[in-house]
Amino acid sequence: MTAATIPPAHLQDPDGTQGPQPAPRRSRGVRALRRHWWGFLLLVAAALVFVIPLYLLVTTAFKTNSEIYVWPPKLLPTELTWDNLRTAWQLAPFDAFIANSVVVTVVGSIGKVLLAVFTAYAFAFLPFPGKKILFLVMLGALMVPGHVTLLVNYITIGNMGLINTYAGLILPGVGSAFGTFLLRQHFMSLPKEVFEAAEVDGAGHLRKLVSMVLPMSVPAVATVALVAVIDEWNSFVWPLIITNSVNMRTLPVGLMYLKANDGMTSWGVLMSGTLIVVLPMLLVFLLAQRYIVTGLTGAAAGSGR
Amino acid sequence: MTTVDAAPPAPSARRRSALRRRQRRGAALFALFAFPNLALIAVFAYWPVLANLYLSLTSWDFIAPEPIFVGLANYTRLLTSAMFLDVMATTLTWVVVVVGVSLVLGVALAALFSMKVPGTTVVTGIVFTPHVVSGAAIAAVWLFIFDPNYGLARVAFDLVGMSSPAWTTDAEWALPALLVVSIWKGVGFVSIVYLAGMQGLPSEVLEAARIDGANRWRTFTRVVLPLLSPTTFFLVITQTIGAFQAFDVIAIMTGGGPAGATTTLSWLIYDQAFARSNVGYSAAAGTVMFVILMVITVLQFRFVEKKVHY
Repeated sequence: MTAATIPPAHLQDPDGTQGPQPAPRRSRGVRALRRHWWGFLLLVAAALVFVIPLYLLVTTAFKTNSEIYVWPPKLLPTELTWDNLRTAWQLAPFDAFIANSVVVTVVGSIGKVLLAVFTAYAFAFLPFPGKKILFLVMLGALMVPGHVTLLVNYITIGNMGLINTYAGLILPGVGSAFGTFLLRQHFMSLPKEVFEAAEVDGAGHLRKLVSMVLPMSVPAVATVALVAVIDEWNSFVWPLIITNSVNMRTLPVGLMYLKANDGMTSWGVLMSGTLIVVLPMLLVFLLAQRYIVTGLTGAAAGSGR
Repeated sequence: MTTVDAAPPAPSARRRSALRRRQRRGAALFALFAFPNLALIAVFAYWPVLANLYLSLTSWDFIAPEPIFVGLANYTRLLTSAMFLDVMATTLTWVVVVVGVSLVLGVALAALFSMKVPGTTVVTGIVFTPHVVSGAAIAAVWLFIFDPNYGLARVAFDLVGMSSPAWTTDAEWALPALLVVSIWKGVGFVSIVYLAGMQGLPSEVLEAARIDGANRWRTFTRVVLPLLSPTTFFLVITQTIGAFQAFDVIAIMTGGGPAGATTTLSWLIYDQAFARSNVGYSAAAGTVMFVILMVITVLQFRFVEKKVHY
């Protein structure tokens, strides 16, 4: 009760004359902590549930077998080794896996973003008979569950002669309904006056797109791009189906190969391979958390397509 | 003189034809900009639905020159086999448990986050992390955790003096193991969506509840939860659609086994087509999934229009 009636520290000191900034902030944090200590404990517990498996992944990847295969488990490794990583490389062509994943992710994401940008621009600014209906038809694709399309897409790619190729890996996922939708909504919200001035100047559409619309849409495009990168990198079932030689596998599918070859008998090796799959997306997430969270919570409706 | 006479009507006619020309050029540009993407969507999202329906009425093994039309034979085989009933039971268990537990834990986490205890921002980032990480990688880590001899899950069994089950190779424990992993991967995302929903609630209403003397728990169950029902509804639908299509966790951890204990509809569709070359049978199972998910999606639109508020 008393805590609620005392105004927060920063309101008691509007001029900031009573001392340096950090002191009141810390005292506010301490007070919140004292009031919600059990909440803080729960928060730590929740964090541990998610951090421990990650910690296990990182440490096991560099532990020696004698420290992995002991009970009770050793939380802190006493010696670190690169042997697991080296063995993983010997058992499975990780060079190829990494190269394939990078190619598919980079080309696939760039393609997806380009297609989404141009399509969104067309729907936002260009005239076309029946444009609204066409837009609804495009959005309808969001309702098609991806898993149901696998079989026919495999046959289609087969008929195109693209099985076990980069084109076959990339093509079915590069079309973008959700990204287009997101960008189109954003483009429509841009202030019209700016564009009208440019049209008097006779600016062409390509120039309008590149020098006006895109610079005003950097966060929206970044969101679409980041969601595309995460989707492509983590994609599993399609690469599994459409590639049939080890050297064309992407990293997540390569993990399955590694596991089949050795993983079950050596956790250190499987964890070092897993770390290679996980690390890039962890870094991307660390650097661009804000865009990714808004993008993915929005993309939930469109299951990433 | 003639030019002066003709001058007044000329500009409007010229303007009209110029407008029409610009319209036509605009339409051509629209086609250039939008059609590649629309064509891809047509070929890789719409066509599969139709072609899958056709394939479900045929018998084919990818190799024979043409699929053979067999009518509804795949469907009768599917719906009369005990195996398919088992698969549907497993799928239903999967969906209900994963969605149910994720939502309950997710809303609890969101309530915890909304208390704004120091450190909350960091922890929201941490719980969201599994959502951006490969499901195959997460499955690999949990495979180790579920190792009966050296996995961390053994700790829980040691505490009560039991020996750990063999989880992924034990027909009774395999499905629970996969459910745990699936929930672990998805719950952070659910909590962040709920948190966003909570932050969007009108503060006057919460204030009013407090003034009326409602304690925290009552405010939460009687005011916050009902106000969050649109968020809950959105999450139930999207999580259900996702749970029906869960795949990589199964592929890495059990491959649908042992003895079919973790074969869900999504694994069956894959397994029948790509491991057994039963194209028609797989397509029929695909149609079943398509119909179920369509019904759920249509329900979503129905309810969203009415703006659920219990």
